[in-house]
Amino acid sequence: MNWQQLGRHPSLAIGLMAATLFALLGLVSLWWTPFPIEQISIARRFLGPATEHWLGTDHLGRDMFSLVMRGTLTSFVVAGLGVIIGIGVGVPLGLAAVAWGGMVEWLVLRLSDITFAFPAVIVAILIAALFGPGEINAVIAIGIFNIPVFARVARGGALAIATQDYVAAARLAGLGNAAIAARHLLPNIMSLLIVQGTIQLSLGILAEAGLSYIGLGTQPPATSLGLMLRDAQSLFLIHPWLSVVPGLTIVLIVIALNISGDGLRDAIDPRLRHEGLNHGAG
Amino acid sequence: MTARNTLALTVAGLLLMAGPALAQPTEIRIGVALEPPTLDPTAGAAEAIDVVVYQNVFEGLVRIDQTGAVQPGLAKSWTISEDGLTYRFALNEGVTFHDGTAFDAEDVKFSFDRLLAEDSVNAQKALYAPISAVTVIDPMTVEFTLSRPDGLFLFNLGRGDAVIVAPESAANNGAEPIGTGPFAFIQWDRGSRVVLEQYGPYWGEAPALTRASFVFISDTATLTNALLAGDVDGTNNFAAEALAVFENNPQFKVLVGSTEGETILSTNNRKEPFTDLKVRQAMAHALDRQEIIEGATYGYGVPIGTHFAPHHPYYLDLTDTYPHDVEAAKTLLAEAGYTDGFSATLKLPPVAYARLSGQIIASQFAEVGIELELINMEWAQWLEDVFANKDFDLTIISHVEPFDIGIYANPDYYFGYDNAQVQALNETLNATTDEADRLALAQEIQTIIARDAVNGYLFELAQTGVWNAKLDGMWQNAPVEGVVLRDIYWVE
Amino acid sequence: MGGGFHMTLFLVRRMAGFAATLFVAALVIFLLLDLLPGDPARFILGINATPEAVAALRTQMGLDAPAHERFLAWVGGMLVGDFGLSTTQRLPVAELIAERMAVTLPLSLIAMVVSVVVGLPIGILAAMRRGKATDTALMVLAQTGVAIPNFWFGMLLTLVFAVTLRWLPTGGFIPWDEDAGAAMRGMTLPGLALALPQASILARVMRTALVDVTEQDFIRTARAKGMTKSEAIWRHGVRNALLPVLTILGLQFAFLIAGTIIVENVFYLPGLGRLIFTAISERDLVLVRGATIVLVVVTTATMLVVDLAYAFVDPRLKGRDA
Repeated sequence: MNWQQLGRHPSLAIGLMAATLFALLGLVSLWWTPFPIEQISIARRFLGPATEHWLGTDHLGRDMFSLVMRGTLTSFVVAGLGVIIGIGVGVPLGLAAVAWGGMVEWLVLRLSDITFAFPAVIVAILIAALFGPGEINAVIAIGIFNIPVFARVARGGALAIATQDYVAAARLAGLGNAAIAARHLLPNIMSLLIVQGTIQLSLGILAEAGLSYIGLGTQPPATSLGLMLRDAQSLFLIHPWLSVVPGLTIVLIVIALNISGDGLRDAIDPRLRHEGLNHGAG
Repeated sequence: MTARNTLALTVAGLLLMAGPALAQPTEIRIGVALEPPTLDPTAGAAEAIDVVVYQNVFEGLVRIDQTGAVQPGLAKSWTISEDGLTYRFALNEGVTFHDGTAFDAEDVKFSFDRLLAEDSVNAQKALYAPISAVTVIDPMTVEFTLSRPDGLFLFNLGRGDAVIVAPESAANNGAEPIGTGPFAFIQWDRGSRVVLEQYGPYWGEAPALTRASFVFISDTATLTNALLAGDVDGTNNFAAEALAVFENNPQFKVLVGSTEGETILSTNNRKEPFTDLKVRQAMAHALDRQEIIEGATYGYGVPIGTHFAPHHPYYLDLTDTYPHDVEAAKTLLAEAGYTDGFSATLKLPPVAYARLSGQIIASQFAEVGIELELINMEWAQWLEDVFANKDFDLTIISHVEPFDIGIYANPDYYFGYDNAQVQALNETLNATTDEADRLALAQEIQTIIARDAVNGYLFELAQTGVWNAKLDGMWQNAPVEGVVLRDIYWVE
Repeated sequence: MGGGFHMTLFLVRRMAGFAATLFVAALVIFLLLDLLPGDPARFILGINATPEAVAALRTQMGLDAPAHERFLAWVGGMLVGDFGLSTTQRLPVAELIAERMAVTLPLSLIAMVVSVVVGLPIGILAAMRRGKATDTALMVLAQTGVAIPNFWFGMLLTLVFAVTLRWLPTGGFIPWDEDAGAAMRGMTLPGLALALPQASILARVMRTALVDVTEQDFIRTARAKGMTKSEAIWRHGVRNALLPVLTILGLQFAFLIAGTIIVENVFYLPGLGRLIFTAISERDLVLVRGATIVLVVVTTATMLVVDLAYAFVDPRLKGRDA
């Protein structure tokens, strides 16, 4: 894909730009935020937007803009690690199923069934009870949820390729199952994985928000967009601004990611449109 | 049917529907945050149990009123022997349990034998350890013999843990509570609500309310909306952060009262570096109590400088023992050998006051060089880690037992304070009956533990109720846990 | 050798897979819960209880038996419909779960119906107006619908329809046999909150599926015969697009049964999700594992039904496992 192609898909360009912008905003918070986010000053709480605090201050007197920057980073990191776990475990499983077939395929499918059978929320509750709530808990729960998704996508994509003549030729040339999976199947499903990864990233950001709302996600003094939204929920009627800021940020990031995902799908290969399904879970 | 007929019928229907609404309402729906795990107050520590059933469904020999004083309950009067070891109670006649069985001295004996038995699962069994025998004198008279005098014996009899149950129904009280109170249990829609109804044959004065439901709403924003929409009529303890919604609203009244909850930064006195008095004093200086109260309770908490309820006559104001002073804290840390400060963990149970105070304290301690790692926990895990295994550095918790200064005389208690002087003073206090002497002893203990900076003393929790402005008779203070319905009525 | 044999083989393999999944899931649940820190008896009795009282309660709860005995007793009991007694509430777990299902099932169904009634027409309309302003507007709407965190949307719904307009209750659940109308009213807002993202997803799936179908030959043929584009989509497209839509519906149903916990919290509904949540915090392990296995059965069975439906519609898939 090149810039010209990007020009032909304006929504993709907008989506990618917005998502990158938010991701950068989060990254910058590693080195710089307008105010330190741990610094609490009750005397300065609930200040509205002003020149000093661009987005005002929260219930503990922390700078909202700094919190949004760091919160965006947390949300991206949690969702991103969830996707990496999903790809790291799910894709090898999916490819192995196709390359080996038979018993291996049956096992992979059952494993994916079992993982899928555990709703993400329940997994999160169990992990939180075992290891305590926190970002890592959210990452694991989201990651586990992503594994069967990527396993199925990888298997689906690879099945179509496995029947091609050149794969059969490679097999005749003496290439083993692992080599076929790595050299021929994987490169050909990369675009499919990128598209599904974008979608799972947006679902992950929503899932992090949901887990934080029931107290299983990010824990203070760390912050995430979901945690900010949860903290502001009970103050909505008094200080609506405090929930509008993280709420809108979540909505915008998720829309940007979804538009990017849809756009990528169209741009990379129009035939992929009906492959990766946007699973209705979060 | 013609259009005119339909209209007439509709109007009639509307009038009929409006009819009952004009009369004095006698029902109440109360929103409470936590659903009780069971409804038997003698088999669990959860405050949520008492909130629903205490003095409503179940009654004790005596009852605690909203000032914390002991009033006659199922016992109409009592006499105490000279040595303070024998209590003889005369019981009310004509009392029946909600299943129709009659109440008499045998039920009292049964209840306490059950409470004190080997396999008893009563959460406060230790409070009743002084009881050595319960004797039925006649059906309407019962006598308690104590092994040692106990200044709090009558108060403890009035607690939810010591309510009178019947042998016929006791085993089932968790799911279907049967007591002698003014309200009988009707139904429990699990996860949703408990419904009580006035018990017709109640032995005492009939309450104004005929029906009450406790609706379980854990989310503050949701409870706010339910109150605003009129889906619930009030709540006994509302999150301070959102009280502003109701404060200037004429349709609601906000009742701010006291509780018995001393909220403290509990410190593991067994563990380095907290074994060092200078370190504890430095931490006390590092705390900015006013900021914590403002930030965690929106100003509703009452500052405390020792482990005692500020509204109690024995209370001594010691909040100035270690005033907020960052420099003094740094100096003390340096003297103790911690020039660069130290790191510690702060384990927090899942309650808003603890989580918020924890964040604020972490920020305050950072200023003097103490770095706190916050660890948020569920109750079950907190109880095991902190309370049972004493595996913690610091924690924040509200001690809600009334008059519980005795925990400082128990070196095995979770914060592990071991001071022979306090232990001796406490023993004298327990055996003393003279008010002036008791006051002097209690204040001496308060002073010692404040100077020793055993724990960080933060604030007394407030009870902040939000109620429909037309309701009256609710308890403003919470000397014991419970939402007592007997005096509540609608004004109009 | 006919298709019947293939079909039977396929069914047998799928059913064996189903049973294996359930058994492994039961084992995983049991082991995980056994590892949980926190003593259920200590939780119930709180900080002032004596060690003897805690020990007495542990015995009462049956926590003293060895793990493998408890596992076998649990699985054996479930096979005859006995899920055991809840440790905190001392009631049959099966009864407690059934109570919650009376909320969760109808709620999920309402959300499904609303998302179908709203989502499919929007998807069809967008496909018919593909590339036009209507299409763009509807898809922007659908993108937003997916992107709003549902606890936030739920609160906004409450503020508008319950607090301000007072048309509907803020939440709570009145049992069906007490007042079915009130129960229904109580489920309306949470149903809408749950349906929003699902409807948005359905709309997008429907639109994509229709666009794909319209590019295929038989639609072109139909149009060559003089049908308008809309007519062609109606007559042929919608029916052919139903397969991917059905798959999504299956996934959504499985998700809704377990995933309503957040919305249940916002609308204080006594559903299955909240049951598990409280049961874990109270360390009522018998109840947790019973409720979790029920969720696993529902999810797995739904997936099985979707797979079987696929196999019947598209026999080519039978050769490989789905």
